[in-house]
Amino acid sequence: MKFGILILEGPYQHEASDSAYQFAKAAVEKGHEILRVFFYQDGVLNSTKLMEPQADDRHVQKMWSQFAADTGTEFIVCVAAAKRRGINDDVIADGFKIGGLGMLTELAIEADRVVTFRA
Amino acid sequence: MLHLVNTSPFESSDLESAAKYSAKDSPILLFEDGIYAAQAGTAMEGRVKEIMGDHPIYALKADLEARGISNIIDGITEVDYTGFVELVEQHKTASW
Repeated sequence: MKFGILILEGPYQHEASDSAYQFAKAAVEKGHEILRVFFYQDGVLNSTKLMEPQADDRHVQKMWSQFAADTGTEFIVCVAAAKRRGINDDVIADGFKIGGLGMLTELAIEADRVVTFRA
Repeated sequence: MLHLVNTSPFESSDLESAAKYSAKDSPILLFEDGIYAAQAGTAMEGRVKEIMGDHPIYALKADLEARGISNIIDGITEVDYTGFVELVEQHKTASW
């Protein structure tokens, strides 16, 4: 099936992004295609390469970037939500692209399932 | 429709809303702090059992384990992330 994932919460404050990651991995392992992961509202904060957690903690952005590299999944960061939070092309990490909200609408139309992860 | 509840019933009415506004027999998946509703012996147990009369309830194993909860209400089904994906294969989802 074609899945879409919507992430509305930033890393570390809440586990939404961690849950979404585990779900995405399990979906791909079951043979599903993830058409797109859309990062919206505080979810855009998952995309910054400036995050630098302590060495014994997980690195949420690198987890996602690795997932994108391994699976070719498209990650879109909402431009308006990103600009509000100081996220732009200078700070987004490998695997993420800035895009418009229309790409969320398109995802909702094209995917068989969209799963939202939020606080 | 699969209803995803990720907040504790002790701090949020999401589970009640999901139960109230969802069609009979539609499943509810408890995950993240939502799994506190699945714990046996709490003040919520009676209400959760009532909800189970209308909705099958699932609880995400990883989040139960993360919170040290092993005694869950009889009739609630534990699922791993693969089981979560299988539920999503069968139903469109609503996140409360």
